[in-house]
Amino acid sequence: MAVTSRIAQAQRMTSWQRFKVSRVIAWLILAGVAFLFVVPVVWMLSTSLKTSADLANPNWIPQPLAWHNYRDAFSFGQWGRWTLNSLIITGVSTVGAVLSTALVGYSFGRLRWPGRDLLFGVVLATMMVPEVVVMIPRFIIFSRIPAFGFQGSDVWVNTFLPLTVPSWLGATAFEIFLMRQFMRNIPVELSEAAKIDGASELRIWWSIALPLSRPVLATVAILKFQGAWQDFMGPLLYLQDESKYTLQLALRQFEFAAGGSPAWNHLMAASLVVMLPVLVIFLIFQRYFVQGVNITGLAGR
Amino acid sequence: MRVSAQDTQAGQLEGAIVGQRRPRFTWKLSHREALTGWLFASPWIIGFLLFTAWPMLFSLYASFTRYNIIQDPEWIGLQNYQQIIHDPRVYTALENTFYMVLYKTPIVMSVSLGIAMLLNMDLPGEKLFRTLIYFPSVLAGVASIYLWQWILAPNGLLNNALAVFGINGPSWFTDPEWTKPGLIVMGMWFIGTNVLIYLASLKGIPETLYEAAEIDGASPLRKMWHITLPMISPAIFFQIVTTIIGTFQIFTTAYIISGTRSNIGGPRQSMLFYVLYLYNRAFGRVGPAGLQMGYASALAWVLFAIILVITLFQLAMSKRWVYYETS
Repeated sequence: MAVTSRIAQAQRMTSWQRFKVSRVIAWLILAGVAFLFVVPVVWMLSTSLKTSADLANPNWIPQPLAWHNYRDAFSFGQWGRWTLNSLIITGVSTVGAVLSTALVGYSFGRLRWPGRDLLFGVVLATMMVPEVVVMIPRFIIFSRIPAFGFQGSDVWVNTFLPLTVPSWLGATAFEIFLMRQFMRNIPVELSEAAKIDGASELRIWWSIALPLSRPVLATVAILKFQGAWQDFMGPLLYLQDESKYTLQLALRQFEFAAGGSPAWNHLMAASLVVMLPVLVIFLIFQRYFVQGVNITGLAGR
Repeated sequence: MRVSAQDTQAGQLEGAIVGQRRPRFTWKLSHREALTGWLFASPWIIGFLLFTAWPMLFSLYASFTRYNIIQDPEWIGLQNYQQIIHDPRVYTALENTFYMVLYKTPIVMSVSLGIAMLLNMDLPGEKLFRTLIYFPSVLAGVASIYLWQWILAPNGLLNNALAVFGINGPSWFTDPEWTKPGLIVMGMWFIGTNVLIYLASLKGIPETLYEAAEIDGASPLRKMWHITLPMISPAIFFQIVTTIIGTFQIFTTAYIISGTRSNIGGPRQSMLFYVLYLYNRAFGRVGPAGLQMGYASALAWVLFAIILVITLFQLAMSKRWVYYETS
């Protein structure tokens, strides 16, 4: 008793002292830092609403507010087409990544089969391989596999296939790792009961494991959505026709159109629109983003 | 805990079935599970063979050849590797890349740890601050690269802000001396992920350790040195390793900022990073005409070797300073 009250007293004293000095300073520093992280996006919004004549001025509130930038920015090129392309590629690869890594993760986490632990070691090892080592041979493979005229191309290069099909084949090791870690820890009682009732493993996976794994499915879906939406190197390598571009490639059109320094107000307007889906999803599903990061951190143990 | 319980439970179940009554059923059951296991894992197995294992073997082979995709690879032995040793652009690229690794890593590590510690002080508004610091990290991509090119313009937002303090800001991405510092400044906007990993690690330190130290009258500095740093050392180690691996592979940022210029790698090759050089070599925008898949493959394997050596070195060194709790 005497010891605990002394601790409590000591804590009270220190927190009171800290309130006076360090905690107020710490709060001010933290608030200042947080402010610095927000400023760029505010500046982006401000720039996107400036007239060309107003661009060089350092003012924050544009005079006048040039809302028409958001119309003018998209007045050239095939923005509807590019948006659709981004949506198709992102959507198809997200669905594929979630389904395939959930299946593979279930196999690694819950089924017993010879060679499983060895192969899981291989999964982890592939995380170490730099993307560039496989970039060139993948390009060569995709320039050889026939596409039979799909999207007007003889081979997979210059179609959406290289950007989507790998996701259906358990594309990234990290996503499999996430799935496996989660599925290992869902309670077994339900699946044992279903097994005794004669349910097939596929059925157990679909109607028991998947519903119980919603948090990790959401995390993988969000990570994949973000990665696919923002991917630049993939589309740069594989998409040649302008009509097949994604939004990330399309943003470069401002520079090409200007032959150098782009119209920054239009570019910022377009950039903000391209960022928006990820920003909105982040604000709604922040906790799944954080979950993904925390599991990443734990992977280091 | 749960896993081991599950294993013993399954073990008992199996043991009960194995008991001489129905041996044939067991045989079929375990074989069926093995088959299901392989089938469920088959998407990854196919993907791995097709898109990782085979490409790695092919790329290793290609690195000993002259290969432009159109004609068959021509075996030239170690010539590509010899050429790398004498390629001045490789040294420029390595120098630029190591600059980023050496300067960016410690800055990112210490700034993000500092912010994480502030967030761990139970201050009012912590959740909002955490969101504001983290959200830029999810906005990677071409859009945010352009945003920073605009902010770091010679008359951009940052230089205007510096001017308030009487500092005459550099012209960042157009001055070869300042392109890499510019990239580091820009990189600071994306440290939210690092901050969150540190924060989770800090929150995992048992409060009792600090209470015990306080009773012993330890100063804040001693607590930092003897409790906080050892306890979060696994997180520090993990982040150093992953940050270095990531920094070695910088591509998109440098490609966008210097991409549309005829001079690849920005003003006076100051942003010619290793992967950017490799990409341009492979797709024939630098060096002799045509696609140079063989030479680029050799470049890729040299990079892989460098990353591997550095990672293994860090792993060996980690035994000296990373503290793993044994529960």
